[in-house]
Amino acid sequence: MASPDDLTGEHGSLYAARKGVYPKKVDGPFRRFKWGIMAVTLAIYYGTPWIRWDRGPHAPDQAVLVDLANRRFYMFQIEIWPHEFYYVAGLLIMAGIGLFLVTSAVGRAWCGYACPQTVWTDLFQHVDRLVDGDRNAQIRLANAPWTAEKIVKRTLKYAVYLTVAFWTGGAWIMYFADAPTLTHDFWTGQAAPVAYVTVAVLTATTFVLGGFLREQVCIYMCPWPRIQTAMMDEKSLLVTYKDWRGEPRASVKKAEKDPGVFGDCVDCNQCVAVCPTGIDIREGPQIGCITCALCIDACDSVMAQVGRPRGLIDYCTLDDAATEKAGGVAPPIRKTLFRPRTLLYFGLWGAIGLAMLFTLGQRTRLDLAVQHERSPLYVQLSDGAIRNNYTLKLRNMELRPRMIEVTLSGLPGARLWIEGGAREAAQQSLRMSLAPDRVTSARLFIVAPGAGPARQEFTIAVRALDDDPRGDSETIQFDRPGTEP
Amino acid sequence: MADHKRIDEVTGTHTSGHEWDGIEELDTPMPRWWLWSLYATIVWGIVYVILYPAWPMIHGATEGVLGWSSRGQLEQEMQADTARRAPVMNAIAATSIADLPAKPELMQAAVQGGAAAFRVHCVQCHGAGGAGVKKLYPSLTDDDWLWGGDLATIEYTITHGIRNPDHKATRTSQMPAFGRDGILEPTQIADVVSFVRTISHQEKRSASSARGAVLFEANCAVCHGPTGNGGREVGAPKLNDAIWLYGGDRASITATVTQPRNGVMPRWNSRLDPGTIKMLAAYVYSLGGGEKAPAPALAAAAAEGLGADGQP
Repeated sequence: MASPDDLTGEHGSLYAARKGVYPKKVDGPFRRFKWGIMAVTLAIYYGTPWIRWDRGPHAPDQAVLVDLANRRFYMFQIEIWPHEFYYVAGLLIMAGIGLFLVTSAVGRAWCGYACPQTVWTDLFQHVDRLVDGDRNAQIRLANAPWTAEKIVKRTLKYAVYLTVAFWTGGAWIMYFADAPTLTHDFWTGQAAPVAYVTVAVLTATTFVLGGFLREQVCIYMCPWPRIQTAMMDEKSLLVTYKDWRGEPRASVKKAEKDPGVFGDCVDCNQCVAVCPTGIDIREGPQIGCITCALCIDACDSVMAQVGRPRGLIDYCTLDDAATEKAGGVAPPIRKTLFRPRTLLYFGLWGAIGLAMLFTLGQRTRLDLAVQHERSPLYVQLSDGAIRNNYTLKLRNMELRPRMIEVTLSGLPGARLWIEGGAREAAQQSLRMSLAPDRVTSARLFIVAPGAGPARQEFTIAVRALDDDPRGDSETIQFDRPGTEP
Repeated sequence: MADHKRIDEVTGTHTSGHEWDGIEELDTPMPRWWLWSLYATIVWGIVYVILYPAWPMIHGATEGVLGWSSRGQLEQEMQADTARRAPVMNAIAATSIADLPAKPELMQAAVQGGAAAFRVHCVQCHGAGGAGVKKLYPSLTDDDWLWGGDLATIEYTITHGIRNPDHKATRTSQMPAFGRDGILEPTQIADVVSFVRTISHQEKRSASSARGAVLFEANCAVCHGPTGNGGREVGAPKLNDAIWLYGGDRASITATVTQPRNGVMPRWNSRLDPGTIKMLAAYVYSLGGGEKAPAPALAAAAAEGLGADGQP
């Protein structure tokens, strides 16, 4: 309980100034792994729009392209039309379940290694070390008065920040237009205003989020740490300080004086010094820990120097921690990785992926939509026949022009023609060519004898006249006098 | 409540003193950048209120120093759009209506522009989509035309209207009121009606229709043609088809012969510019009943008083 003094005394400020974080340079397997992931993710981000992919003369040759102006999404061999947006929804669901899977298996691995905020923060912290020096030099410079040297260093650092931020924003827009053309247009001032605005906004957010807010984003802004605390269980991997082995802490000298009293932790504070979010892992699991494992590298190198076994700070589940604390031996890691929960997530994730692949392979690339015009429902013609008008929409989703045939069935004596044709030449079917990767709209006229039911259902079918005979059909009605309400 | 205030042992943070069934609230200090963000939004709000319309007053809102208004913005956008459409509109205005179909893009633009103008000026009588209104206004979507259904003829009809007494070039004709003015006796009218219903295949031949044929030849054929094929130069409808503007049953035809309708359409050259009229004509033409322009010889014959089918 608090002392009476706490209750009556100074309550403290409602607002806390940010404590500076100056992570120390560290090396080790996890740091090298992080370098690798950073290289791969940045290469994917910057490089993807520049991959070329030949789709023939009727479509862009950029492998990954979100063509908002023409409402197409290209991803290598796959082309998504707006009405197929559920594939994107499926990808998002897969991404969600993928995060569940990763979190339940290896904890906040996304936060620690692959999250853009983490990758860019890492990048900016590396810039700090390049310009200002390592942790101690950074702290000295932060506390130093504004001398000429500090001004020069700060200017240089912010200039590098701004350059990185600008390239980040600049790379983003490449996903939305042909990258080489857009690059040329951008630098010659011919790109669309939205391109400049997007680059400006993303440059600003990258500059602020990566250069200054950093771990504040993880702790205060991001909902994901909160969700993850609910996703984790006793079998999720956590970066854990094994307090049963480390406590009580003492320096090497002190421990040599009193053998058998102290734990392995030499209280060197290296785990705190290298932490990119500025926490002390020895206080236990906490929301500020993104499980980047840099403290494991730092601690392992210190343990090696003082000749003690590695892993005082290590990836460990809550269950394993309890087992080790009680003197037992933790089961091998595959037992925690492969358990019903992770297998279920994986099964669900894989099933959605397979289902999407299956439907992708099955989808027809020729699509028909017919709309019956309602004003008027029917037209009385002078020879007694009745004409109905329809709006015909034919989607040719292939990247080549196609000849197609539209056929009527179930409407005896009917003839059809489209705008520009004539009733005299009308047949029961008509042929037309469709432009590649486009919706062709046409006004469709259908004439049928005046004698017949007031409302008659019939079928309009479309098929391609080439090697792929798959098509589409729609059942719609033909109205004659007497259908008015 | 205040006596519940304490320092939380796990986090070392003050509690706010609020407690619900043992659940307490930590009074964690906000980060200071959050506070500055809040101040920034307040400043932004003040600037916005100064620049843009904001405070509601009794007659409208404060205007803001930028003078922006949504109406003004709409006006600008409309002007910009008019400027954007100007090249196409000028091209349509410069193209003769008969040449429009040869330029598919212009024709398409004209049809779309005509559809918009139709919704404003024409739907009141001719209905949405040009369906017409039974017994009042003709359908524009069928293949039966009173005055002709090619582009130039439609344009002329829209430009000059039908039976506008104040306008010389208007299309005009007058069917005599055979019943009201006593030109035909009621029994004779009944015979004529029988004949008309025979040529439109609604009735079988009878003694009455035979008598009517003679009367038709004498009174009606001059305009409607000997076979009831109609006469477009005077807007006389075709009587031997299935389309009846004012109704094809015995009572309706009798009423028409007794007291003709002589429908009126306003001329639009006093209200619309020639370009809009051209677009309207293109739209009406596109509704499904548009006809090819008659060959020049036939057109000349029509001008001399012959029917469009070349028969006197």
